[in-house]
Amino acid sequence: MCLGIPGKVVELNIKEQWAIIDCLGVKNKVYIPLVTEEIALGDFLMAHAGYAIGKIDVEEAEETLKLLEEITRNA
Amino acid sequence: MLDFSDAQLGRLFLPKLIDLARKAIDQLGRPLILMEVCGTHTVAISRSGLRSLLADHMELRSGPGCPVCVSDQSDIDRIIALARVPGVIIATFGDMVRVPGTESSLEKERALGARVEICYSPREALSIAKGNPKNEVIFVGVGFETTMPAIALTIAEAEKQGLNNFTVLSIHKRVPPAMEVLLNDPELRIDGFILPGHVCTITGRKVFDFISSEYCIPAVIAGFEATDIMQAIYLLLHQIIRGEAKTTIGYTRLVHEDGNEKARMIIDEFFESADAPWRGFGSIPGSGMALRAIHQRFDAVRKFPIEVPPSSPPEGCACGEVLRGKFKPRDCPLFGEVCTPSTPVGPCMVSSEGACAAYYQYE
Ligand code: SF4
Repeated sequence: MCLGIPGKVVELNIKEQWAIIDCLGVKNKVYIPLVTEEIALGDFLMAHAGYAIGKIDVEEAEETLKLLEEITRNA
Repeated sequence: MLDFSDAQLGRLFLPKLIDLARKAIDQLGRPLILMEVCGTHTVAISRSGLRSLLADHMELRSGPGCPVCVSDQSDIDRIIALARVPGVIIATFGDMVRVPGTESSLEKERALGARVEICYSPREALSIAKGNPKNEVIFVGVGFETTMPAIALTIAEAEKQGLNNFTVLSIHKRVPPAMEVLLNDPELRIDGFILPGHVCTITGRKVFDFISSEYCIPAVIAGFEATDIMQAIYLLLHQIIRGEAKTTIGYTRLVHEDGNEKARMIIDEFFESADAPWRGFGSIPGSGMALRAIHQRFDAVRKFPIEVPPSSPPEGCACGEVLRGKFKPRDCPLFGEVCTPSTPVGPCMVSSEGACAAYYQYE
């Protein structure tokens, strides 16, 4: 139920407050009034029940993956 | 995007987790139990195989994380009664349709002629209302904090469009009050909680701080890929070994300390907290969300005040125990024999996020 669909913004209509996001080739229209950060084409959003609930911070994602990889390398 | 479902990374990470689990068990001197309180986590943990891969080292137990499953039988019966009102169209998320009420289900009512429409987004219910001006559309508002803002915004849109044949039956529930009930249960001894990443996207971290600050149990907010969950378990084990108890964010790419304030303001504009009944728990104070009086024309409870006869959960079904973390799905005598996804007895086997369905399908 709290399933989120992450997707890349491929179309954006700020005036009407929606975006088209692409999740593994499947395109979805999501409304964006809940997102406080600025949104640009190419950004990643997390969508739930037709609304974006947040913008995915790519730098944080990279950071987390780097940390995980480091852990796997440590003896 | 960056690949958190990377199987290679997961494979390399697993032995590290197991090493750490061994240390934690040594330290505690007893087996470890971690609990997830989100249905999407329940499915992800079962489907990825993590629950069985880690079974020798820790138990990953499921809690009250599926909103459809925790809906009280009386609420299911109310929805079914509303579906029988002439002219009413029930619009709902798909999982609700097959949940058995005391005597019927939406699926059965639909076969008997009731109109039940499945929506992916509450916005679709507005289109149904617009396209059927002579009917009354009731959207079943079921979900946790993640879902509430979408439904609040849909009501705002209905207001803007001047729709007068659209209402919401709000059986939304808040996660923290249910966690408090779990934490106050002397029989339940959980060593760490995997917290719901998308609920926390809205609520932020702080509202869950009481788990560690008041009950001294570690908790980590997790994302939904296998590596996210492994990371959360790793962080929990670290805390356990160090004897710490903190509520931290593992899902940093989406969850912020204060959550999504705008979403919370929108929820607050339309809903106020109320006591609500949960399957297996009884009434939990302040855990529900009722429509505020100023928006009462969108409130299905006020517009359709119907009496629902006393209800009883399906006979022999242990969903209440499963949701309270007392039973694992297989502890239910009906599991897999009488109760299967094609012949479900209780909501935990019906819902795609129910623990019984997830364990049946993947374990
Ligand atoms: S197995 Fe079926 S009957 Fe048993 S608790 Fe789960 S849903 Fe209920």
